[in-house]
Amino acid sequence: MDMINVKINGIAVSVPKGSTILEAARKAGVEIPTLCFMKEKNEIGACRICVVEANEGRGFRIVTSCVYPVSEGMEVLTNSEKIQKARKTTLELILSTHDKKCLSCSRSTNCELQKLCRDYGVEDSAFEGFKPHYELDYSTPHLVRDNNKCILCRRCVAACREQYVSVIGANDRGIDTNIGQAFNLSLNNTPCISCGQCTVVCPTGALTERDDTDKIWAALADPTKKVIVQTAPSVRATLGECFGMPIGTNVEGKMAAALRRMGFHKVFDTDFSADLTIVEEANELVERIKNGGVLPMITSCSPGWVKFCEFYYPDLLSHLSTCKSPQQMMGAVIKTYWAEKNGVDPKDIVSVSVMPCTAKKFEIGRDDQSTAGVPDVDIAITTRELGRMIERAGIDFVNLPDEEFDNPLSEDTGAAVIFGATGGVMEAAVRTANAWLNGATTAIDLEAVRGTKGLKEATVNVAGTDLKLAVASGAAAAKYVMDQLKAGNPNGWGFIEIMGCPGGCVNGGGQPIQPQHVRDTVDLKAVRAKVLYDQDKNMPLRMSHESPAIKMIYSEWFDGFGGPKAHHALHTSYTPRKKYRRD
Amino acid sequence: MKKKISKLPFRGTAEQEAQLKKVIDELKHDKSNLMVVMQKAQDIYGYLPFEVQEMISEGMEVPLEKIYGVATFYAQFSLSPKGKYNISVCLGTACYVKGSGPIFEKLSEKLGIGADECTADGKFSLNACRCIGACGLAPVMTVNDEVYGRLTVDDIDTILEKYKD
Repeated sequence: MDMINVKINGIAVSVPKGSTILEAARKAGVEIPTLCFMKEKNEIGACRICVVEANEGRGFRIVTSCVYPVSEGMEVLTNSEKIQKARKTTLELILSTHDKKCLSCSRSTNCELQKLCRDYGVEDSAFEGFKPHYELDYSTPHLVRDNNKCILCRRCVAACREQYVSVIGANDRGIDTNIGQAFNLSLNNTPCISCGQCTVVCPTGALTERDDTDKIWAALADPTKKVIVQTAPSVRATLGECFGMPIGTNVEGKMAAALRRMGFHKVFDTDFSADLTIVEEANELVERIKNGGVLPMITSCSPGWVKFCEFYYPDLLSHLSTCKSPQQMMGAVIKTYWAEKNGVDPKDIVSVSVMPCTAKKFEIGRDDQSTAGVPDVDIAITTRELGRMIERAGIDFVNLPDEEFDNPLSEDTGAAVIFGATGGVMEAAVRTANAWLNGATTAIDLEAVRGTKGLKEATVNVAGTDLKLAVASGAAAAKYVMDQLKAGNPNGWGFIEIMGCPGGCVNGGGQPIQPQHVRDTVDLKAVRAKVLYDQDKNMPLRMSHESPAIKMIYSEWFDGFGGPKAHHALHTSYTPRKKYRRD
Repeated sequence: MKKKISKLPFRGTAEQEAQLKKVIDELKHDKSNLMVVMQKAQDIYGYLPFEVQEMISEGMEVPLEKIYGVATFYAQFSLSPKGKYNISVCLGTACYVKGSGPIFEKLSEKLGIGADECTADGKFSLNACRCIGACGLAPVMTVNDEVYGRLTVDDIDTILEKYKD
């Protein structure tokens, strides 16, 4: 490979030909600030925060380091007085159309613009002039769009495009340029799949999850309500990031302790219903194979993926497993089984879920998700919202002792824990199928479906037949899989796992926000997933059907696998959706 | 200025739809043909309303938002239908100093529409354009291909009278 030698602030570094100055600087250990840049996703050189002085033999000139290629012998200054002034002026110009309402912004202290303004000593009213005003878009259950905080970096547009959804983009031009939906429709009238990936990449507070925490505080303060919380598998792998803990810290015990201190009546683990999902889904797959049902069957845990399928592949909805997601199964069990056992009217239960996901806020309002005549889950919040609640409660999270979840609806297996990573549901299902149909007594490690690749394939032998598996994460990979099915499933897949977000739930749209330079340099998906695989490795039970709680609930409550009672509580239906609505 | 989105009902015909489908079928193999398809669609319909952009989106397999982004970026695309008689008033420098501003306002008042809008009966649309190269006749306006020069506000009634039907 041709190597180019350059000097960044006097530090000699050698990088492959075609590298940008930013890449060379990162290699030399020199951090250049960026705003619009997303490695391999949004390399547009638009915001001009990454400017540096570069000398290619004709004196120093200011260039944008994120897109400017290095040349042999180039000298670069990343932090000269001239550069500091240029960045400061750029920031002041960005602020001239920004509403600067930091005090009430959920991204305050975690805002890339705010940090840069502080770093560069910016005057917040250096340029007063025309300031457009935008109405906030509250139309969806999952997020809020506030264009008054938008800096037009287009990172959200890139994230939405990566998901093959592209419902937001840059409209109009010049001072009127705004990120929005076609024909200024509200977001709820577009085929947005609620994945929330845009909220994770937004450097400011222009795109945020819809905050539902006040509803929970109100419920906790109501003595007539029993407020019960469940936490998804992947939340334990990420919540610590909200409190400055290293990425990849497992905080399961501290999280349970914090929730209990906040006053939740019961603290349950969605891992329980992840095991339940596997048992139901494996049962459904066997039934489909035996009875000539629609194959391949596709998992339905991810509400972003389900919505994607309803919008873009309505003809293929019969491939979706009718199993509810673990969140909804847990909600159903709490308001039926737990309510009856404890003599509580389901109407007096406020069922709260903590999810890595913004689409879960949409899912709780779906049709056919009210087993006890009231919604299975009442309030779904993201990992980020839980982080804010713990702060508001004045809990010193980092120094909390570890506590256990409440039983019986928290007993889990390793199979449930790995639900939070792409491939985890598939591996869990294969472990149970391998036991049921091949008589295996120990859990297998299905390495072929681990890792962060968008599409993974494997073949397993089940009861003498080869079953071909596919695992897709991210809507782009989902699209590829569905197009293959449209083309007659040439790969002969029999069972498919699809997650709406790239990497699965550990990289969900409700997860803690890491600044883009971290996202560009750390493989968040892999580091967070490792937490789950490490936990799985050390668990005594690693197959869903082995869980004592699962055995108990099927014998005590559901009258065996696949019975009518289980079907009523644990299965749902889907509906084709029109992409754009103009009402 | 933000593009105005017409609220007038879409009046596309089956014939127009067939024409657009043909255009899309010829060009959809290459997504970079999007601009050409949009130009041809505007030739067919006179503007690019929701229904037309949706047809292009489905046909070209390009997200609707992307098409809308392009349509609102380039001045050549319109989201408002053209009337049977499309009036363009030049607001370029020469015409403007010679008084085309009040002429535009008079037309706007008479027709009850603003810039880039079309009357409900589909008869007149009004645009503000820049120099049309007839500065010697300033201030000028055009009605379809007809040019009217050295205008005063008092000429407007007589000119509109010519386009009664």
